[in-house]
Amino acid sequence: MLKDITLGQYFPGNSVIHRLDPRTKLIVLVVYIVALFLAANWVSYALIAAFLLTVIKISTIPPKSIVRGMKPLVMILVFTAVLNLFFTGGETVLVHFWIVTITAEGLERAIFMVLRILMLISGTFLLTYTTSPISLTDGLESLMGPLKKLRVPVHELSMMMCIALRFIPTLIEETDKIMSAQKARGADFETGNLVEKAKALIPILVPLFISAFRRADELATAMECRCYQGGEGRTKMKLLRYHLWDYEAFAVGGILIAAVCVLRAFGL
Amino acid sequence: MEPILQVQNLNYFYSMGTPFQHQALENVSFSVSRGEFIGIIGHTGSGKSTLMQQLNGLLKPTSGTVLLDGQDIWSDKSLTRQARFRIGLVFQYPEYQLFEETVYKDISFGPRNIGLSPEEIDRRVREAAAVVGLSEAQLQVSPFDLSGGQKRRVAIAGVIAMEPEVLILDEPTAGLDPAGREGILKNIEDYRKTHNAAILMVSHSMDDVARLTDRLLVMNGSRLAMDDTPAAVFARAEELTAMGLNIPQVTRVFLELQRMGLPVPSVYTLDQAVDALKKCRGGGRHA
Repeated sequence: MLKDITLGQYFPGNSVIHRLDPRTKLIVLVVYIVALFLAANWVSYALIAAFLLTVIKISTIPPKSIVRGMKPLVMILVFTAVLNLFFTGGETVLVHFWIVTITAEGLERAIFMVLRILMLISGTFLLTYTTSPISLTDGLESLMGPLKKLRVPVHELSMMMCIALRFIPTLIEETDKIMSAQKARGADFETGNLVEKAKALIPILVPLFISAFRRADELATAMECRCYQGGEGRTKMKLLRYHLWDYEAFAVGGILIAAVCVLRAFGL
Repeated sequence: MEPILQVQNLNYFYSMGTPFQHQALENVSFSVSRGEFIGIIGHTGSGKSTLMQQLNGLLKPTSGTVLLDGQDIWSDKSLTRQARFRIGLVFQYPEYQLFEETVYKDISFGPRNIGLSPEEIDRRVREAAAVVGLSEAQLQVSPFDLSGGQKRRVAIAGVIAMEPEVLILDEPTAGLDPAGREGILKNIEDYRKTHNAAILMVSHSMDDVARLTDRLLVMNGSRLAMDDTPAAVFARAEELTAMGLNIPQVTRVFLELQRMGLPVPSVYTLDQAVDALKKCRGGGRHA
């Protein structure tokens, strides 16, 4: 079912992770990703994994939901694993069969790459799962604030992102409805060759686009009716403010990346 | 009479096996005969829409069966597909599913999917357009140039063109002006008469269902709470109110009159009310 897609969904909650300032979460996520790419050995991977699992545990997000979010990525993971497994040169040959050679280095690399992608995605999921779209864009806008001096339309960009995130579930629901309606008229999306399958999408895509444009139009009117005219002179009801737990989160992030750097330096 | 559609002990769970699992239908059983006009009423979230999608094989029941002419629609893949053609389903706000360049092409989408001959498709499109009151000239325009009410008619014609033996409609008159509502309800009634089709109509207008239907199914909390004639259902006004449902305005007025001690019968349509009042006046004069 289309409804099972959880990408970019927000799970309301009241954990410390939920209450963290969105800017904190964004910065710590960037630090986490950098640490992930600096990690070059099992010890640092274990450290980062421990960090990730702890955060998942604290956030009270059911691990099942995170696993479910991974499903669309299975193909990418398999592809990465296969590429690294077969095309990494090395000394220790484990298996040699016809033109296929698997080396210990290749195996290690494949596992590293898959783990890296998994941890990268689940870390990002944690951000969108624990942060409502509005506070996420608020955080982004505030972080990108300095770019305003370079005439980058920061407010407009973050508003666009906010609207996009907000409308993903709406459009999924809409697609579901239109599909059902066309199926009720005998549309067949499963059988046929590629061309036929592509043609079968027209009865879904046309109404979907029309309704997306209609929604955009209505939303723009509704925004104008409430005197929205961009970010100029706009004040916020909820001002972002760092709390004690934000500094704690920064400290944890700092320690994490320092540890990974040290481990890398010692080549462990 | 042999029922065309039978629903037996239908159960349905959404998001089975996840923390979000919840039951949308609980042990629902009823049957539908040809030519019947059945109204389905129920509070939002009572399972009406889920039930409708079970009837033509869009959703597969968790347990229980849907029999079309005595055959389980899920027993064979071709039967499921057949069920979609023989049981027409018009969703809420169906005008949002239009997609073709012309009204004609859009109405012919269903018949084309059945795989009919071009002549038969042409006959059906013209007939369906006539049933919903679209003119010949309108067949060649883009559906997106029509008014909301006319779009709705095109969408309904798109389902009628498959000539379903059972026609299910989810609030076909929602968001239309009174003239548009009357027109569409009359089209549905005409289709029932000319094709001896069974009609199932979900509606929130108690006045409409009281006037049009022979039978009412009342859904409440994913269960089928009542299955009876409109008279019998509306006689249980208190239970309906407890379910968050209304009774027709005229029924409420007459119940109030009864409470005030006036010797009036229970009525549920305007015509009945007029008759009852005439009788009352006549009786008064003789006394």
